[in-house]
Amino acid sequence: MSPLPAGDPPVYAARNYLNTPATGLRSWLTTLDHKRIGVMFLVATLVAFALGGVFALLIRIELLTPGPTIMDAMTYNRIFTLHGVVMIFLFMIPAIPSGFGNFLLPIMLGARDVAFPRLNLLSFYLYLAGAAIALWGMIHGGADTGWTFYTPYSTTTTTKVVPILLGAFVVGFSSILTGLNFIVTTHTLRAPGITWSKLPLFVWSIYATSVIQILATPVLGMTLLLVAIEHAFGWGIFDPARGGDPVLFQHFFWFYSHPAVYIMILPAMAVMSEVVCAFSRKNIFGYKAVAYSSLGIAFVGFFTWGHHLFTSGQSPYDAGVFGVLTMFVGIFTAIKIFNWVATLYRGSISFKTPFLYFLGFLFFLFFGGMTGVALATVSLDVHWQDTYFVVAHFHFIMVGSTIMAFLAALHYWWPKLTGRLYSERWGLVGAVLIISGFVFTFLPQFLLGNEGMPRRYFAYPARYQALNVASSAGASVLAIGFSVVLVYLLVALRHGPVAGSNPWGSRGYEWETSSPPPLENFEVVPAFERGPHEYHDLPAAAPGAGEGRHA
Amino acid sequence: MHSAVAHHFESLEKQAEAQRLGMWLFLATEILLFTALFAAYGVYRFLYTAAFSEASRGLETWLGGVNTLILVTSSFTVAMGLDAATRGRTRRTAGLLGLSILLGAVFLALKAFEYHHHFAHGELPGRYYTGPIAGSGGALFFTLYFLITGLHAIHVLIGMTVLAVVAVRCWRGAYDAEYHVPVELAGLYWHLVDLIWIFVFPLVYLI
Repeated sequence: MSPLPAGDPPVYAARNYLNTPATGLRSWLTTLDHKRIGVMFLVATLVAFALGGVFALLIRIELLTPGPTIMDAMTYNRIFTLHGVVMIFLFMIPAIPSGFGNFLLPIMLGARDVAFPRLNLLSFYLYLAGAAIALWGMIHGGADTGWTFYTPYSTTTTTKVVPILLGAFVVGFSSILTGLNFIVTTHTLRAPGITWSKLPLFVWSIYATSVIQILATPVLGMTLLLVAIEHAFGWGIFDPARGGDPVLFQHFFWFYSHPAVYIMILPAMAVMSEVVCAFSRKNIFGYKAVAYSSLGIAFVGFFTWGHHLFTSGQSPYDAGVFGVLTMFVGIFTAIKIFNWVATLYRGSISFKTPFLYFLGFLFFLFFGGMTGVALATVSLDVHWQDTYFVVAHFHFIMVGSTIMAFLAALHYWWPKLTGRLYSERWGLVGAVLIISGFVFTFLPQFLLGNEGMPRRYFAYPARYQALNVASSAGASVLAIGFSVVLVYLLVALRHGPVAGSNPWGSRGYEWETSSPPPLENFEVVPAFERGPHEYHDLPAAAPGAGEGRHA
Repeated sequence: MHSAVAHHFESLEKQAEAQRLGMWLFLATEILLFTALFAAYGVYRFLYTAAFSEASRGLETWLGGVNTLILVTSSFTVAMGLDAATRGRTRRTAGLLGLSILLGAVFLALKAFEYHHHFAHGELPGRYYTGPIAGSGGALFFTLYFLITGLHAIHVLIGMTVLAVVAVRCWRGAYDAEYHVPVELAGLYWHLVDLIWIFVFPLVYLI
């Protein structure tokens, strides 16, 4: 079933996972089908994204003027905390692995489902339960600690920090179970012919992500639980007044939370390795380098947490070691970037929406990555510590890259998920708005930080106003961009042209089945002779050539 | 094909392989959960060396020792149960698992007795500590003591529940010589609970 011959009208699979075995709400809520669970994760994480986005806009509105604009200082503290908690724990960590990973990983392996379907559904409900607990805390007062919950402030604040900690704790178990499921699935459910060296690169990166998820998340869970116990009962473990060590909290917290940024970025890299091949119609350059560098990032990521403690009373020796280890991540990332760019070389590139997001991704990853290397240099970090430079850095690399990848994935696999095509013209508009909006929001923040504006303050000296207004203007462009995307995707859901099984002419295994895929993923157990990124034996026709013939 | 094979697995062996791998990964997360507490214990032992060794000497080492023996024995009976299951003698398995649960209950009873002893002497965590050791060290020792042994006790309870479910299913003849993976997995979990105690005992009682 290679790309459809020209002239053959694309087909919307009549029997697919959306209508079998039933279509009612009940059949969705009790489903064990990994595709439906993936879709439910996508919907839930998008709701979280919208909520976090509203908090972000409130922050940017407040920072329009040097003094109070629409809220008082305490409200501001709560809003930026909720923005961080919602975006990180409820959107960025689960969105690509639990959403797209669930949908795609078994199909890419030629499997019928993940290894433990019931555990998979449990993972979704744990996510919902954790989100509900955290939401309850937000409605009843929220927290004002920042998403990092630094002690001793987090153990003494009078805001509702305990339910938010417990919510994050429960969501963590969702993350662990998903990671466990993916690792076991990859080991045991590969279809005949899919050897480790023929795994799609998406799977390699998601596998590396899963390793981090199951090894780091328990430590975070324990740490958050300890803070909650400390806050509720005063057991003294992180409280200097009782002999406890607040810096120990920082070590524990970053032991998870630094690897956690790779839980966000590795899936982004997973998506991009697929997109770059499909839209340049080239074999991936350096398959093994791209695959192993994911594992390299996962491994080194566990030994870099100390770079969050450069100014917390760590010895200069420790700081130096952690600084150098951090730069290793830069090397693995550079390996990927070089390989992607080499893949593009002499490729037959088509500038479809997913590819536009790939370009945005490269920019944010490179720019954000280089500022990351700068921040890993101890002497520079002391200057930028806790300023907007850090905020801009992690928004570029962590948020920018992840959102680019999320949107690329959403557009690239939209035909597979829904069986329909979105409008490329509006896709271009949305991509340009979002990428430029993102740059305009965060570029001024690099400058603000370099001039010394500290993060997490709701007021600032008047000389910072111009750049803050620029940043807020960028945020509104970003908001418009996301609204555009939301609208045209919803329209496409009902009115989009039928996509057919492989509208991009991609070689990925998931495009071998019909769109939307049937309940059992493949009508017959597939056996793959070729690799998932092999384009050399195809004529260099532009992908998506068949699109639009059939509105 | 065996009735226990789910539709997405090609064979019983493949499914068993997946289940074993899943269990081992789960055990890895459990170990990391405890590792955070062990690391904290290490740090505070380093910061409050004198107070920690004094508090540690105050514990009833013989009680901890007896409990260690009890848990190791219970692991042995679980292993015997698995051996019986591989021969298809699942009633015998059920009995041996029942014995393990009983040993787990004795462990918890002794632990409760020990806790009661601590409560009576004001050896409580954090701000509730009214014991004899001056400074923060004693209070912190008991914070970690209760966190570690408490979390372990919760795991013993969960393990007993898991063993009980598997034992009942064994008794009812749900498993046979060909298919008894749940016995194996429950056993693995119980061994982990045992193994964690093997680290807790010297850390808290002996050094």
